[in-house]
Amino acid sequence: MTITPAHYIVLSAALFAIGIIGVLARRNLIIIFMSIELMLNAVNISLVAFARQYDHVTGQAFAIFVIAVAAAEAAVGLGIIIAFYRNKETVNIDEITLMRW
Amino acid sequence: MGEAIAFYTLAALILGFAVLVVTARETVHSVLFLVATFLFVAMLYVLQHAEFLAVIQVLVYAGGIVVLYLFVVMLANLKSAPEAHEDPRRRDRLGIALAGVVLAEFVAIALYAFTGPLPASAGAAAAVGANNTEQVGWALYADYLVPFEVASILLLVAMLGAIVLAKREL
Repeated sequence: MTITPAHYIVLSAALFAIGIIGVLARRNLIIIFMSIELMLNAVNISLVAFARQYDHVTGQAFAIFVIAVAAAEAAVGLGIIIAFYRNKETVNIDEITLMRW
Repeated sequence: MGEAIAFYTLAALILGFAVLVVTARETVHSVLFLVATFLFVAMLYVLQHAEFLAVIQVLVYAGGIVVLYLFVVMLANLKSAPEAHEDPRRRDRLGIALAGVVLAEFVAIALYAFTGPLPASAGAAAAVGANNTEQVGWALYADYLVPFEVASILLLVAMLGAIVLAKREL
């Protein structure tokens, strides 16, 4: 009953799939951004699992870069949400049709 | 055996709270479930002997990013329910089916790659320091110095971009 990297990869895939469902099925823009954070966390889980499997910290270093990118993405994305909410008073993506034909 | 119990417990908690994040009606509840998910992911990192990453996860995700989300939920004081209006051309079921396809694909790849004997570890190539923090520090400041500096520039640009976007008038 040992835990292999395959267990971690399957957990990571399940978390990633939950994130995809959140992005594709929800209409609240803030919840969509949180689903993207879930997907980035799923990637980090698999990177750390590989880092342990190969006994090398490169995977953990890349996970730190992913966290940095996630922080940047959250800051800019939430800035866009604030700017958009100020104009349209909504965070429903079905009403955000400004650049859609 | 202990690791198996810890792994299955943490996996169930992570997936359960992730489902709650995606399905919650109130946005604030979703943010709070997200904190719980991040904390259990941090525990999973401790289980995999990535202690430094676990601390960073708690500080940056559960401490920083989630507070940012809470501020936005507070500032976007929604008068009407955010999901009141629905585009008739929306295909929700197709999205869920596509997520299922992606999950099946990832699981198939993982099972295909790991059914045989596991590849031998590359050896203690990076075993410079004794503990995890020292090893990650050596990796970041010696092997990945240029990506590290690029990441710092990315964070600076993101900070400026967020200020420009969120400020009323410059």
